[in-house]
Amino acid sequence: MDQSPASPKSFRLGPLLFIAAVLGIAAIAFAYTAGWLSPHRLTPKKLVAALAPPGGPALGHRRNHAKGICFTGTFEANGAGSSLSKAPVFVPGQYPVVGRFNLATANADAADAMVRVRGIGVSIKTPDGQEWRMAMIDAPIFPVSTPQAFYELLTASGSKDPDAMKKFIGAHPGFLSFVGWAKSAPWTASYAEERYNSLNSFLFVDGSGATQTVRWSLVPAAQPVPISPEELAKRGPDFLEQEITRRVAAGPQRWNLVVTVANPGDPTADPNKAWPSDRRTVDVGTLTVQQIEQEPTGPCLNINFDPTVLPSGITTSDDPFPAARSAAYSRSYNSRTAEASYYPGKETGAKQ
Amino acid sequence: MTTSRKRFTAPQRLLHWLMAICILTMLFIGVGMVSTVTPKYLTLVQIHKPLGIAILVLALIRLTLRFVYKAPALPPDLPEPIRLGAELSQYLLYALMIGMPLIGWGMLSAASYPVVLFGSVHLPSILPLSPTLHTWLWRAHHYLAFAFFVTILMHVGAILFHKLIRNDGIFETMAPVLTRNQPK
Repeated sequence: MDQSPASPKSFRLGPLLFIAAVLGIAAIAFAYTAGWLSPHRLTPKKLVAALAPPGGPALGHRRNHAKGICFTGTFEANGAGSSLSKAPVFVPGQYPVVGRFNLATANADAADAMVRVRGIGVSIKTPDGQEWRMAMIDAPIFPVSTPQAFYELLTASGSKDPDAMKKFIGAHPGFLSFVGWAKSAPWTASYAEERYNSLNSFLFVDGSGATQTVRWSLVPAAQPVPISPEELAKRGPDFLEQEITRRVAAGPQRWNLVVTVANPGDPTADPNKAWPSDRRTVDVGTLTVQQIEQEPTGPCLNINFDPTVLPSGITTSDDPFPAARSAAYSRSYNSRTAEASYYPGKETGAKQ
Repeated sequence: MTTSRKRFTAPQRLLHWLMAICILTMLFIGVGMVSTVTPKYLTLVQIHKPLGIAILVLALIRLTLRFVYKAPALPPDLPEPIRLGAELSQYLLYALMIGMPLIGWGMLSAASYPVVLFGSVHLPSILPLSPTLHTWLWRAHHYLAFAFFVTILMHVGAILFHKLIRNDGIFETMAPVLTRNQPK
């Protein structure tokens, strides 16, 4: 029975409880989705916080690969990549590149000789407005197989428990393959002599829609010259940045972008596992680094080298890392851009 | 800005309920995606961007329809504070429906991310690369998302109050189907 809208209502508890229940359930569902009711969920916040050194993160800097130097150059496609992917970046031509050489450390003031892993960030733009970003390192495999294991590695290495690393390795023996590389691989004295690897797999989609799972590497034209870590330790803290600045000023430095195609059954989801060395490779073009710019005034400073920024024709694969990296990089970017006033270049000019 | 019609027109009602689904989905996707590092993150981000632009387009169409068809008048006996709340909430909801996608788009532009909708289809950048702009827009997007959700909860609570307690016909103006005989 309708009551007249104007008539005063007798107080009824039922409808009010119903309204409270509807709003309460909606709010709880929202809180659950946000992870507020799931303290064990691995969030970007937790992952990024775990990267920070004991004294806290370097404010205004990337939360990892914090030390780096910008470059500009070109990517010249030779056309061979078009057999694998319809991405316009593989159509023969020259495309502008912004990039960054960097050290895999959360310490923005690390001495160059102290950091085992070196990396490169690259962004290639094509005239149709699409962009391909990548962030690669010189290790041939990643230390662990899953983002969760990476979080456990960070937690264990920062732990006061003397057995933490032992326990971690017991649970993730694949870490030892990485340690093997770190202990035995020769060091070089130049960013230009490093081979940088995507580690993560991606899918290349060709014009017919066929997909191939691939990884890729930037293979240096410069001949690597092995040097002992003891010898490197005698050099200045920024020798890598000084060396690459001099080297590129003397002449452009080149890398070939080599795509490796997986066979069926290869461990495409696990960047801790190398693929057999006989896999088909396709040289798709040349990266040329033409100019070095100091980071504080360089074009790479405010770029997030998110490896999931991909052109049409390249997508993520079953490898869980690109998603985790994208989530964490975004968090890092939001934090550091909000701290831009702490970035040293803002007060002191170019880094010495 | 009112009409003598007792209900919003069919296109207005259709847009209201379609957008209700889109916006609630959007808010849950937004708060969910930033809480995970699993591959769901990318899937959710890939939905978030085109859905946000879809909401922007729908909101602009809806605003146009609102100017064309106007809204049914609120009941004359509605107490003044409730009337004020009802009117202000509509301004707030329109501002959020149009503002949030624009802020998101601007935030991505100020960070120099390509704004990919799907495949090779992407939107132009609407702002220059700027950490300061990015920070303000990111914060606005973040806090306004929670404000949006709270506003929607209040909107739902209010309309249930109108229906279940006052039963004053306001719910019926936007109901997808008639739920009672129209007041005369």
